[in-house]
Amino acid sequence: MSNAGKFAIEAQGLTKAFGEHIAVNELNFRIPKGCIYGFLGPNGCGKSTTIRLMTGLLTPTSGEITILGQTLAGHEEAIKQKLGYMTQKFSLYDSLTVLENLRFVAAIYGFTGTRRTQRIDELLHLYDLKNQAKQYAGSMSGGQKQRLALACATLHSPELLFLDEPTSAVDPENRREFWERLFDLCDAGTTILVSTHYMDEAERCHALAILEDGHLRADGSPAELMNAMPANVVEIGGEQLRQLKQALLQQSEVLSAAQIGAHLRVLVKKTQTDPLRFLALLCAGRPMQLARPSLEDVFVTCTGTRHDE
Amino acid sequence: MLNAGASWGRIFAVIMKEIKQLSRDRMTFGMIIMIPLVQLMLFGYAINTDARHIPVGLVDLSQTSESRALVQAVTATQSVDFHAVYTSLHDAEAAMTRGDVRATLYLPPDFSARLIQHPRYGTNPTASALTQPVGQWIVDGSDTVIAAAIKALRTMPLDEVANRTVSQTIPTFEVVQYFNPEQRTVVNIVPGLLAVILTMTMILFTATAIVREQEQGNMEFLITTPIRPMELMIGKIAPYVVVGMLQIMIILGVGYGVFSVPIAGSLMVLGIASLLFIFASLTLGLVISTIAKTQLQAMQITVFILLPSILLSGFMFPYDAMPQGAQWIAEGLPATHFIRMARAIVLRDADLLDLQADALWLGLFTVLGVIIAARRFHKTLG
Repeated sequence: MSNAGKFAIEAQGLTKAFGEHIAVNELNFRIPKGCIYGFLGPNGCGKSTTIRLMTGLLTPTSGEITILGQTLAGHEEAIKQKLGYMTQKFSLYDSLTVLENLRFVAAIYGFTGTRRTQRIDELLHLYDLKNQAKQYAGSMSGGQKQRLALACATLHSPELLFLDEPTSAVDPENRREFWERLFDLCDAGTTILVSTHYMDEAERCHALAILEDGHLRADGSPAELMNAMPANVVEIGGEQLRQLKQALLQQSEVLSAAQIGAHLRVLVKKTQTDPLRFLALLCAGRPMQLARPSLEDVFVTCTGTRHDE
Repeated sequence: MLNAGASWGRIFAVIMKEIKQLSRDRMTFGMIIMIPLVQLMLFGYAINTDARHIPVGLVDLSQTSESRALVQAVTATQSVDFHAVYTSLHDAEAAMTRGDVRATLYLPPDFSARLIQHPRYGTNPTASALTQPVGQWIVDGSDTVIAAAIKALRTMPLDEVANRTVSQTIPTFEVVQYFNPEQRTVVNIVPGLLAVILTMTMILFTATAIVREQEQGNMEFLITTPIRPMELMIGKIAPYVVVGMLQIMIILGVGYGVFSVPIAGSLMVLGIASLLFIFASLTLGLVISTIAKTQLQAMQITVFILLPSILLSGFMFPYDAMPQGAQWIAEGLPATHFIRMARAIVLRDADLLDLQADALWLGLFTVLGVIIAARRFHKTLG
């Protein structure tokens, strides 16, 4: 039972198949309590499906999920009281006002009387929606909608909060502000699971899992992932980078080459002990230097087809 | 199903939300009022199975004063209006093909001779070997209502043509028209419209209301909350019970006020029958909502049920005239039972005991619908 106290979510052999298509394939992961955990992956990699499996929206084909120490299968209703879920698409009612939406969700969670009024006041204040209370949700900006959605998802103070690509519809400033709120929630003890395909968002997570085609490719904290990356990063300057890129990609030791501004960012497998010498032989005379790996490099290294060649 | 954990608070929250959304959706709100009003006005004035003033042509090859007197007598029945005179049968047939006229009265050259020998014309009403019909109706028989109206002219009396006072013949049967002595079609149409309009609005509104939540993504959030599918369904359809009752009041009110359709039976009995039908239709809408993925699909399935509800339920054509197979299908439609009940109550002052079979059917539909919807609803959540 020691695990039960430590982990908010544990998944073992989690698999979901839709007919022939396997959306989630034998996932194993553990998400510690009190952290912000990210699911990073391209569209269609199984992020949303995994979240839906964990919220009880879908039933797994096989495998087991333990939420807050309790097996999900058979205890969905009890667990639902402890979960908050913010969907990818705005899922509240456009033709109701902010206040009416909050009241509706409060009633669904069994809040009545002064307890309801107090909690709604608190949320309006916390999420800066006081001035919009009487406004129809449908007429609000992306950022405001997102704050309302977060307010509704956290109305019952869930221990565990799922966010499915929460910031895909908002501008960078709102995204920043939104993450401040997530850290506030996290400080208050909420475990948060975020799915995203933005690198900068993934970098803010305490830990993350990289998903591709329903497989878990890597997991750990961003720093751990960067350190464990089986490749070195070299930046190459000079002219005619497009042609150079094509030439380098012929080499099996080169995992990826991508033009970033005036440089070509090349990932060389660590099996090449001296990547600078290796590259100098291929493109003599060009300025080149080792660079610090980024999360994007990690992502590129562990996804795509080249990594297992 | 509605088990121990069901919360009236949650159901009430859904009802309040639904009413607010409904009152803000001007289009739907307008439809609730306008559909019964417009359809009632349209059908009330337009539908008439009593064919009168049918446009017909005349081919008179005798051109006598008697033939002109006959044409006048036929016009006086008001069944037909002579729109055109043709010189030959060939012209008349062409006019019928074009659709200018629906029938042609053909009076042969020997019309006067035939007339004199006709027992209805002469003073001594006995037929002889020389007796022949005085003329011929050529009818576009494709429309049976029009054909029947012309057929009724077959044995029309010739007293007027003979310049006599019309003699009273003693009929074989006397016919007493109960419940609708003036034989106005609208009296039968209005109670039938209750069923047709409610079939359309009740099924469509519930089906789309639930599919809309799925389509717009609201359902995905709701499923992760403690609300149960049954609470959501009850909360969503409850406001439409009120909507249905409102529509019934509009239809009967306008039927009474504008078309003088009397309500013979008790409003209480009518209310109970209406509720039974509303529940049956709403659960049918629920079942559709578990099948349809989009609002468009929900609408298409509704039309699929609406058409037989109009054509087979007895609203347009008499149930008893349909073949056995069609009658079985009709029995499977809630509208058939409600039309039977509504006509019985509104026109014939029947009470529920007279209608228990139909009431039971509607109850059965509701129970069956709820069971199917609840089972399928669970599945759609994965």
